[in-house]
Amino acid sequence: MPEPFEPRIVAFFCNWCTYLAADLAGTSRLRYAPNTRVIRVMCSGRVDPQFVLDAFAQGADGVLIGGCHPGDCHYQEGNYKALRRVALMKRLLREMGIEEERFRLEWISASEGDKVRSVINDMVAKVRALGPLRRPAAPAPSRELIEEVIH
Amino acid sequence: MHDSVRVGVYVCHCGRNIEGTIDVREVAEYAATLPGVALARDYRYMCSDPGQELIRQDIRDQDLNRVVVAACSPCLHEKTFRHVLEQAGLNPYFFQMVNIREHASWVHEDRRAATVKAKDLIRAAVRRVRLHRPLERRQVSIHPDVLVVGGGIAGIHAALTLANSGKHVYLVEREPTIGGHMAQFDKTFPTLDCAACILTPKMTAVKMHPKITLWTLSEVARVEGYVGNYQVTVRRKPRYVLEDVCIGCLECIEACVYKQAKVPDAFNVGLSKRKPVYIPFPQAVPQVVVIDPETCIEFKSGRCKKTCVEVCADRKAIDFHQQEELKTIDVGAIILATGFQVFDGRRLPYYGYGAYPNVYTALEVERLVNAAGPTAGEIVMRDGRRPRSVGIVHCVGSRDVHTNAYCSRVCCMYSLKLAHLIKERTSAEVYNFYIDIRAPGKGFEEFYNRVAEEGTYLVRGKVADVYPADHDGRLMLQVEDTLLGMVRKIPVDMVVLATGLEPQADAQQVRRLFNISCSTEGFFLERHPKLAPVSTFTEGIFLAGCCQGPKDIPDSVAQAGAAAGEALALIDAGSIELEPNTAHVLAEACSGCKTCVPMCPYQAISFNETEKKAQINEVLCKGCGTCVAACPSGSIQQNLFEDDEIFEEIAGVLEYA
Repeated sequence: MPEPFEPRIVAFFCNWCTYLAADLAGTSRLRYAPNTRVIRVMCSGRVDPQFVLDAFAQGADGVLIGGCHPGDCHYQEGNYKALRRVALMKRLLREMGIEEERFRLEWISASEGDKVRSVINDMVAKVRALGPLRRPAAPAPSRELIEEVIH
Repeated sequence: MHDSVRVGVYVCHCGRNIEGTIDVREVAEYAATLPGVALARDYRYMCSDPGQELIRQDIRDQDLNRVVVAACSPCLHEKTFRHVLEQAGLNPYFFQMVNIREHASWVHEDRRAATVKAKDLIRAAVRRVRLHRPLERRQVSIHPDVLVVGGGIAGIHAALTLANSGKHVYLVEREPTIGGHMAQFDKTFPTLDCAACILTPKMTAVKMHPKITLWTLSEVARVEGYVGNYQVTVRRKPRYVLEDVCIGCLECIEACVYKQAKVPDAFNVGLSKRKPVYIPFPQAVPQVVVIDPETCIEFKSGRCKKTCVEVCADRKAIDFHQQEELKTIDVGAIILATGFQVFDGRRLPYYGYGAYPNVYTALEVERLVNAAGPTAGEIVMRDGRRPRSVGIVHCVGSRDVHTNAYCSRVCCMYSLKLAHLIKERTSAEVYNFYIDIRAPGKGFEEFYNRVAEEGTYLVRGKVADVYPADHDGRLMLQVEDTLLGMVRKIPVDMVVLATGLEPQADAQQVRRLFNISCSTEGFFLERHPKLAPVSTFTEGIFLAGCCQGPKDIPDSVAQAGAAAGEALALIDAGSIELEPNTAHVLAEACSGCKTCVPMCPYQAISFNETEKKAQINEVLCKGCGTCVAACPSGSIQQNLFEDDEIFEEIAGVLEYA
């Protein structure tokens, strides 16, 4: 029997809010799904869209970005920059056939250890239901197209 | 370069904390097989002296040039291990910490899954650390002056401590006087010291101290800069009285065209009235009157006879044209002591506060029993009667999921104190309705026993309802007595609500102003609940008193002393090293598109018109990395968080073992 599918989720957490919230979840001994791998960045604004694409390309089934709540950014407005990029990324990922549930931005403050648990559990459940990310193979060019290009 | 990399990986057991959930030996054995890893060990406590020595030895004997420690959060021990590398002669940034405790062993139960996660995270760190470059820390000097925000007992104590050590302190208070809540109290538990007798000498000391600049009626408007070098703008609101000219003779109050005081007096919690020109209380510091423009006739109509100005005569202390002023100061450290607000009893309508005149809050009763209060210390109710029975309801706005889940820590003790004072002054019957009596401080249990022996009735049960018992203003308290196991109805003359402590109404704005965090209930968040209780995550900003959470006077004073101590330690070091995580432009790759320029919230990025390249001022850069993510040509890099390092980390966590 094949092993049940366990999604692999890459999480980019900002140093000041969400990373600390994950630390708080730890010190509070909250239990949550072991599927995320956290990469610490100073600010959610540091998350380059290429990081997200690269994570999916390398085999992530989901990507989570965690930042400070609006108005609470340690660097004033880095989280707004992240929000703008995420809006664009979502459109791009949809075009690529990557389901919306696989990419998420969450505001989690340093005191919201419980939110780290609920967001991760929720995302893992949703991505598990979707199954592994199957990057569609590029469609083979049609005969007509080839003819058109040749002539 | 990769050929010469020799990584040492150290997996910490943290006693049972990590080893209990993660197979550390298996993880270490796995790490040893990773490319570039020269050796991998597991050890009981990596942060202990022998643990650190192990790394130093290996760096020397095994020629390690990169170190990965898999243990707790980098927030706890990243500095410790970087220092270890430094001691062994390596650049401290040839280090990467892996959080397998807070982010793995403490949050997962499945040993297999937690072990796999630890391996993934270590693999990512090993791949990343191979690319690390040596970095130099930036050294910045520290301005020796300190700003203390809030002039309650915590702010006063912190300011005096710092000033006594020779530092210049700016004490900013938003009210017209310092003293805070403590000035409103009558006696203090459990010693029954008179609050004013122990507080007012400290208030006067603040005013007299040559090293303290006291600004009342002032608020912080803007905070810029960083640890050691904060520029703070303070808004000084007009008092309409010249502080250095007024001698506090109070004749203007007497002379005011208002013959009767008509405005509710905030200091007496609205139990008395004041005039538009007033002094908050007799021992106010500064000892200077204040004019309230909301109610003063001159401000409202411009046609007042200005008898106050007449009586002030040649002194000319009253100035109706005084304007708001903005002052900018440079300070190295900031102590926040902004205090608390009292829970509003109206939020629990079943206790009848605001509806029945004989329901009081504890703070109101503090003023009633105070000899300088509105009734000169006589306990007279709003209907003119003297109570023969009083019911004190504990935990109003505390220990209740519908209001505040936390315990306010002081209400049990102040309720017992009020029970004692009421009995002493009136010989009334006093009931205390409590959930649990919490008396954990020095001398507290003894005080509780004393009050119980004095004949105060202690009823264990949460009051469910307060309603009129008859038409004479008596009130009925309905409570389940959980010791007797029955519902009781107890008629009393006066109900006192032991209202809890809440964050200040503007705590969120203040928190944003100073770039610090709040805990869930809204009090300011300390850096570590046990080991850094007065520090914040923003370097150079410290906390004292109830802004960090409910606490009594001894604890507030102790915390204020600790905050002053931390500020002194920072200042006296003279300089501080900043993380080198700043961004820089790779000029040869920059296309001069200017995308990055508006990204920076600190104006650290400028555009060099002659070279047609962006430039980053390292002093202004705070290292968020937003510009790095925005640069379309990848020509901005951030130290410690370079693109290739993060790509390696991504590949590392996802690479199948």
